[in-house]
Amino acid sequence: MESLELFPNNLKQWLLETVHSLGVSTEWLPIVSCVLTISPILLVFPALFALTTVFERKGLGRIQNRYGPNRVGPCGFFQFAADGIKSLTKEDVVPDAADKLLHFLAPVVLAVPAVLMFSVIPFGKHLVPIEIEAGLLFFFAVGGVAELAIFMAGWGSRNKYSLLGAMRAIAQMISYEVPLILAAVVVVMISGTLNPVEIAGQQVGDSVVAVFSWNIFSPWGALAGVLFFIAMLAEANRSPFDLPEGESELVAGYFTEYSGFKFALFFMAEYLGLFAAMGMGITLFLGGWGAPLNAAQLPVQSLVVGTLSGMGLVGIGGFYWLRRQERFAVTLFAGLGAMLAFQPWIPTWVWFLAKLLLGIFFVIWIRGTMPRIRMDQLMNFAWKFMLPLALLNILLVGVINPGDAPFAIGLVQWLFTISVILGAWYFLGQQVAGGEAPKARRYRYAE
Amino acid sequence: MSGSFIILALVTLIGAIGAMNFGRLVYCALSLVAAFVGLAGLYLQLSAQFLGFVQVLVYVGAVAILIVFALLLTQNANSDKQNVGSRSWAAGAGVALGVFLVLGKAIIGSSFSGRAAIDSAPPTVKNIGHELMTTYVIPLEAMALLLTAALIGAVVIAQRAGRKEGRQ
Repeated sequence: MESLELFPNNLKQWLLETVHSLGVSTEWLPIVSCVLTISPILLVFPALFALTTVFERKGLGRIQNRYGPNRVGPCGFFQFAADGIKSLTKEDVVPDAADKLLHFLAPVVLAVPAVLMFSVIPFGKHLVPIEIEAGLLFFFAVGGVAELAIFMAGWGSRNKYSLLGAMRAIAQMISYEVPLILAAVVVVMISGTLNPVEIAGQQVGDSVVAVFSWNIFSPWGALAGVLFFIAMLAEANRSPFDLPEGESELVAGYFTEYSGFKFALFFMAEYLGLFAAMGMGITLFLGGWGAPLNAAQLPVQSLVVGTLSGMGLVGIGGFYWLRRQERFAVTLFAGLGAMLAFQPWIPTWVWFLAKLLLGIFFVIWIRGTMPRIRMDQLMNFAWKFMLPLALLNILLVGVINPGDAPFAIGLVQWLFTISVILGAWYFLGQQVAGGEAPKARRYRYAE
Repeated sequence: MSGSFIILALVTLIGAIGAMNFGRLVYCALSLVAAFVGLAGLYLQLSAQFLGFVQVLVYVGAVAILIVFALLLTQNANSDKQNVGSRSWAAGAGVALGVFLVLGKAIIGSSFSGRAAIDSAPPTVKNIGHELMTTYVIPLEAMALLLTAALIGAVVIAQRAGRKEGRQ
């Protein structure tokens, strides 16, 4: 059980010892250790990015009732390799008028913070690249550098559409950074620390159902989680906030003048930023690396029953699959999830990865579902809806000061916050959407 | 003087010098950012974690963007050659030297100049927050009031401009 949990740490220890026995002197070992800590981040997340591009295109294809990529490899699975080779071998066009230095630097400056953001996320119980006391602050500080890179790209291209696109993207990122950070503040208030490792550790809880002690399992936590998720989508330029990338109607924006691998670097930095923000969202709200059940506390009989019922669900999913019925995926994944949840030996980093994959699936689903919103709607939504709600949420948490209150008081707190939040949600929604709400259409001839 | 200190000091100094000497205003702004980052690194080296991250968050994430936007909205931001040196540079250098000497004398003469290490509580986030909320609560509130006033002022100015355009 513990050996699986500690497998990455032991692997690193073993590699370090191997390197040492090969004759590397002791002074160099800290540097080797750093490289060994960094390289998994640089391997795993770009690989995840490559897989995500394939799954996204396949998933969007399914949602839009078409095939998606299906030529390279089985079911088009190796499309990412073809794309990567294509962008590596493509000509790297730099406009004549461009500022060569800034044009070159921009993708680099964008990719560096995207990777740095991973360094404070606790991927597992014993799997943290760096434990920083003010880790959350580091995360947001580094994330803010991306805006500068976008400006460099837009200005360095010497193209007015690039520059306009950069301004638009920066305005969007600045606007949504505010609710993003304010939503995280709520978690800081609840847990009393800026250290992501401690925030994740506090959410393990004592009860059997660990979900109850996740930060999202409270009215204020749920609101903060929803706000964080929406702001994260906007920060990562994801649909429905993907104005910076609207090629067909908005000339894409700051990376218009990039081609070949520089463009791929923009693409990758965006996905890495999304993964990092999602990882931080999981750490803040969804229990971090914690399993949804504290399975070790359950008696063996219930573990067996849970596993068997999960296997049953998987079987039903397989049956649906054979009958070519659409619901096979839901049953299959529910069954697999139930099977996993009842295994106490599943290492915590697997849970983190599972949550991350689920989040990626959710984001792709949203992209396939929601239409792109307009620039003024984007700004109104950030400043007139999300910001007041985030501030109200902070006020609520500060006033009721949630903690180990007796059940009755806790219930009153919950009912009070739920009513206030829902009321504010409705009121603000009316205010923002007032002019936009579709009116009942009157057909002149068709009725 | 460790190697990392030398690197960070060089980044800060070169960034600051570049901020003054580049002909292109955008380059000036970006090398100022390099100076900010170097300064943040220096704070981190002095184990002032909170200050270092806030430096990046506020100066690189916000102030630099503000400067850059201001440059874009003014004219001549794109022109290559601008008159960098002023004609009264000698007087300016004299004033700068004077200010430097006064500051240097004040720092050397102060009580913390020769002190080796901090003997009070370590500058953890918790301690900083505690101090801000107890000892320095009035300055904090004053700052909050100032920032709120600035925010409202900005909104009022922006609103007035918008209304005028609407009428014309």
